[in-house]
Amino acid sequence: MVRVLKLELRGITKRFGSLIANDHIDVVVEPGQIHCLLGENGAGKSTLMNVLYGLYEPSEGEILVDGKAVTFRGPGDAMAAGIGMVHQHFMLVPVFTVAENVALGAETTKAGGFLNLDDTRRKIKEISDKYGFDVDPDALIEDLPVGVQQRVEIIKALVRDAKVLILDEPTAVLTPQDTDELLDIMRQLKSNGTSIVFISHKLREVKAVSDTITVIRRGKVVGTADPGASTTELASMMVGRAVNLTLDKAPAKPQETTFQVKDLTVIAPTGQHVVDGISFDIARGEILAVAGVQGNGQTELTEAILGLQERCHGSILLDGEELLGHSVKEVLRAGVGFVPEDRTVDGLIGTFSIAENLVLDLYDQAPYAKGISMSPARILENAKSRIDEFDVRTPSGALAAGTLSGGNQQKVVMARELSRPLRLFIASQPTRGVDVGSIEFLHKRIVAERDQGTPVMIVSTELDEVIELADRIAVLYKGKLVGIVPAGTGRDVLGLMMAGLSPESAHADTAHPGSAHPGSASAGSAHPGSAHTPVQTSTSGAEGGDHE
Amino acid sequence: MSEQDQPKHVADENKTETPATRSPENPAPATPAPETAAPGPKTPGEDAAAATALDTAGGAMQPSAVPVSAQSGIVPGGADTLVRRIFTGSGIVSVLAVLLALILGGLLIASTDKQVGATASYLFARPSDFFSAVWNAATRSYVALFQGSVFNPRGSSVAVQFAPLMETLTIATPLITAGLGVALAFRAGLFNIGAQGQIIMAGILAAWVGFALHLPLGLHLLLVLIAGIVGGALWGGLVGLLKARTGAHEVILTIMFNYIALYFLRYLLNTPAFQRPGESNPISPILDPSAVYPQILGTQYRLHLGFLLAIAATVFVWWLLNRSTVGFEFRAVGANPKAALTAGINVPRATVLVMAIAGALAGMSGVAQVAGTEKVLTDGVAATYGFDAITVALLGRSTPWGTFAAGLLFGAFRAGAVQMQIQTGTPIDIVLVVQSLIVLFIAAPPLVRALFGLNPRKKKAATAGKSKKAAITGGAA
Ligand SMILES: Nc1ncnc2c1ncn2[C@@H]1O[C@H](COP(=O)(O)OP(=O)(O)OP(=O)(O)O)[C@@H](O)[C@H]1O
Ligand SMILES: [Mg+2]
Repeated sequence: MVRVLKLELRGITKRFGSLIANDHIDVVVEPGQIHCLLGENGAGKSTLMNVLYGLYEPSEGEILVDGKAVTFRGPGDAMAAGIGMVHQHFMLVPVFTVAENVALGAETTKAGGFLNLDDTRRKIKEISDKYGFDVDPDALIEDLPVGVQQRVEIIKALVRDAKVLILDEPTAVLTPQDTDELLDIMRQLKSNGTSIVFISHKLREVKAVSDTITVIRRGKVVGTADPGASTTELASMMVGRAVNLTLDKAPAKPQETTFQVKDLTVIAPTGQHVVDGISFDIARGEILAVAGVQGNGQTELTEAILGLQERCHGSILLDGEELLGHSVKEVLRAGVGFVPEDRTVDGLIGTFSIAENLVLDLYDQAPYAKGISMSPARILENAKSRIDEFDVRTPSGALAAGTLSGGNQQKVVMARELSRPLRLFIASQPTRGVDVGSIEFLHKRIVAERDQGTPVMIVSTELDEVIELADRIAVLYKGKLVGIVPAGTGRDVLGLMMAGLSPESAHADTAHPGSAHPGSASAGSAHPGSAHTPVQTSTSGAEGGDHE
Repeated sequence: MSEQDQPKHVADENKTETPATRSPENPAPATPAPETAAPGPKTPGEDAAAATALDTAGGAMQPSAVPVSAQSGIVPGGADTLVRRIFTGSGIVSVLAVLLALILGGLLIASTDKQVGATASYLFARPSDFFSAVWNAATRSYVALFQGSVFNPRGSSVAVQFAPLMETLTIATPLITAGLGVALAFRAGLFNIGAQGQIIMAGILAAWVGFALHLPLGLHLLLVLIAGIVGGALWGGLVGLLKARTGAHEVILTIMFNYIALYFLRYLLNTPAFQRPGESNPISPILDPSAVYPQILGTQYRLHLGFLLAIAATVFVWWLLNRSTVGFEFRAVGANPKAALTAGINVPRATVLVMAIAGALAGMSGVAQVAGTEKVLTDGVAATYGFDAITVALLGRSTPWGTFAAGLLFGAFRAGAVQMQIQTGTPIDIVLVVQSLIVLFIAAPPLVRALFGLNPRKKKAATAGKSKKAAITGGAA
C-alpha cells in the first residue's frame, strides 16, 4: 500500500533576469530519505524548492518522478504528483479550524452542497494518532502555538498523500523543544517511506536527521556531504572558507549605565499584563541577552521601548531621558537601533527597493533628504556600501527587497540599524534564517557595536545565540523577569529559569539532578538561597556610573 | 491551454519570466518582463526600471507602483490584496485592456449596423461581404471617434482641424486631476471613492468666491483656485481624520461624503446666497470674468489654464511620490503599514495628509469645472468626473503619468462620442460600454494576458532560437 517515490531534479536552472539563482542543479531524492540542502543565504535553496513545488517554472532542466519527466504548472500539479511543501510562512486561515484548513482546496461536499468535514476530521485523527501529532481537528488555527500550526501544515500535505515533503527552514520559528519534536516526526515519516527535503541553517539539526546532504553554493551543487561530518567541515564546505563557529569576543568592559528600565508593565488589549513589572539596566559596552521561550513578553518588551505599545507604565530611561510616551520616531532619533523579530512583517517593505529599505527609518535625515526632498542618488550610494559591507547577495540595490532570499533580507535589516551612531541597540532574533558564515559576521558586528560603547540588548529564543553573545542573561517567563545571571551560567540552569524557576532554585535543582523537572517545577523560591554561583537579580555590575 | 497537448517533457529555455510566484494565497501569474533586467544606477523610486520597461509600454508610462519583479512575490506583510493588485498591476495590461475593449466595442457597433445585418442573411453564401461590412461599420465609427477627438481632416483651417483635440484636452482636465487624487490615495493604501464629493465642495467654494467677491484681475482667480483646493482638501482631509481617529473605513466615509456634498450643493443652490437672482432653477450667478481661467489657445477653443495646471499637478504628484519624504511615507504606509510604523512613520498623520492632498487634487477638478468650462455652479458641476476618476486611476495603474495618459484617453472618448453619433449614428453609450469593458479587463489581467498570449508560462524569449524544445512549446496562444 505504501507508495514510494523517487524524485530526480536534472539540470535545473532558474534565472531571474540576469541573475542565475539555480545553475544546472542535479539532485536525487531517494525514497524514504531525508535529504538536506545546505547552502549560504541566497545560494538558491528556496528557489529550487519552489521549482520543485511548481511555484516557479525552471528556465532549463527537468523534474523526474519515478523516472518519468513531469511539468508542474502549479502547486496543484506538484501535489497531485505526491509532493507537499511546508512554507516558512504558513498558509493557514487563522479563523478556520484545523479541519477546515486541511480541507481547503480539496473540499468534499455532502448531498445538498454542505461541506463534508467528517472525512477530513477522521483523516486528521488518523495521521495525528499515527505520528503522535496531538492535533485537535476542531481547534481554531489562531489559538494554536506556532509548533502545532506547523504540524497542521504537515498534515495538510500528508492528507493529500504527499510522498515527498519539502520543509524550507521549518525550525527557524520553533522553540528548541518544538524543534526536537519536529525532528522526531521527520524520522517517523521517513520510516513510513516518506522522503523529506529539509532546509536548515542549523547544522546540529542537519547532522541529526539527514541521510544525505547536498551542498549548494551560488546556485551550483558543490558536492555532497556525509551527515557524520563535523559542523566545522559542513560550514566551510557551504561557505567556501573556514568558518569560526564560536565567537571569540573579549570580555565586556562595561562603563556607566545609560539604559534603565524600571517597573515596566505592558498591558495587552486583552487586559493581560504581558510585561509585568520588569526592571533592569544595561551599561555602555555591555550586551544583555534576553532569553525565554517565545511569547513570554519579549516582543512586547522591545516594542514598548520603541514606543509601539499603547498601554505601558513604568519608566524607560536612556541617558537619563524618559523614552516612554514618545513616538517611535523620537525614540529612533534618540539613537535607538531596532531590529524587529519578524523582518517580513515589521522590518521590511517587500515591494520597496533594497536601497529604500536600507533607509527605511532614515529617509528624512541628511544626507538622504534635504527638507522634504529626497536624494535617490545618495540612497543608492548608501545601498552599495551596505550591500558590500554586509555581503547582501543581490545584483542591484534597486531591486525589490522581496526578491532577496530570507537570510539576505535579515542582513538588510541589520545593516540598516547598524549603519548609524547608536546610543542603544535592540535586536530581536538578529540572525534568524541567516547562514553560519553570516552569523559569524553579524555577531562580530554586534560585539563591535558593544565595544564602541553602545548598550546592546539581544532578544533571542536561540539559547546558543544567547550564550554566545551575552555578557549578562535576563530570563523572562510569563512577562516577569525571572532573574539576571552572568554569562557563564550553564544551559541547564537557563533552561530551568526559562520554565519559570528563580535563579536560586534553578541552581539548586541542577546541583541535585532529578529533584525537579522544568515541567513540574513551580515558579517561586522553593529552594531559597542555595546558589552555587553568584547571582545578580536585576542590577548590573556597573551600577552607580554617572549618567550623561 | 492549447499547450496541454504538447509533449510534456519539454522545459523551455530562456523564459522571459519574472519570478512567477504562484503561491496558493497569491495565484495571479507574474508579469512578463524582458530577460535583461540590467542592474544599473537606477533611482529607487523607480524600482528596477529596466525590468519594468515592457510593463510601462516602453517608457510611455510610469513604472507601476510595485516593481514587476515583486508584483506577485511572496511578500507577507505587504498589503497584497486583490484590489491592490488590480490598481497597481502592469501597464501593458492597461494597454491591452484598452485594445481589447475597443475590439469588442467595434463588434458591438457592427452588430447594430444595418449593412452588417443585411450581409448576415447571406453570410454563408458570401462571407466576405459580411466581414467587410463588420469591418466597415466598426472602422467608420472609430474613425468618427478619432475625428471627433483628435483631428478632423475636413476642417476648413488647421485651427478647426485641431479643434477636436482641444476639446479632448478640455474634458480630460478634470479627469486627470481627480484621477491623480484617487491614484495618490491608493498608493497610500486608501481607496478614495470620494473624488465626486471633493469636486463638489471645491466647486461650491470656488464658485462662491468667483461670483460673490469682486476682486482685481489675477488676485481673484488665484483666490478662486485656492478656495477650490482648500474645499477639496478639507473634504478629503476630514475623511482621513475620521479614519485615523476612529478607524472608520474610508470607502464608507467617502461614499457618504459624496451624498452629503451633493445634497448640500442642492440646498445651497436654492438659497439666496447661491441662486441666481430672478432664476427659479438651481443655478448660480455667472462667475466674474476676473474669476475664470483664461483660454490658453485663444477664444476659439474652450481649452483653459486648468489643463496646464493639470500637467503641473501630474509633475507634482510624480515628484511627491518618487522624490519626497512625504511620498515615501505614503508609499510605505500603503505597502506595509506595520513596517512603516516600526520605522517611525506617523501612520495617522500620513492618512490625514494623503487624503487632504487627494482632496486638493480633486478640488482642482472642481475649479476647472466652475472657472474653466462651465463658469457657473449647478448641481451637475461634478458630472460623473469623480467616478470616472476611479477608472482613470485604475487604468493608469495609480502612477501619475499613467493617470495622465488615461485621463487623456477618457477625455478623447467623451469628446469623440458626440461626433461619432452625429456622423455614424452610433450611440454615445457605446463609449460607456468600452469604458466599462476596460475596467473589466483590467480587473482580470490573466484573462487579458491569455487572450494576447502573454502568459509568462507561454511567453518565449526572442532569443529562444537555439532551442528546438522551445520551438515545440512555443506555439501556444
Ligand atoms: N523573485 C525573485 N526575483 C529576483 N531574484 C530572486 C527572486 N527570488 C530569489 N531571487 C534571488 O535568487 C537567489 C536565490 O534565492 P533563494 O531564496 O533561493 O536563496 P536561499 O538559498 O533560499 O537563501 P536563504 O538561506 O537566505 O533562504 C537570491 O540571490 C535571490 O536574491
Ligand atoms: Mg530560503
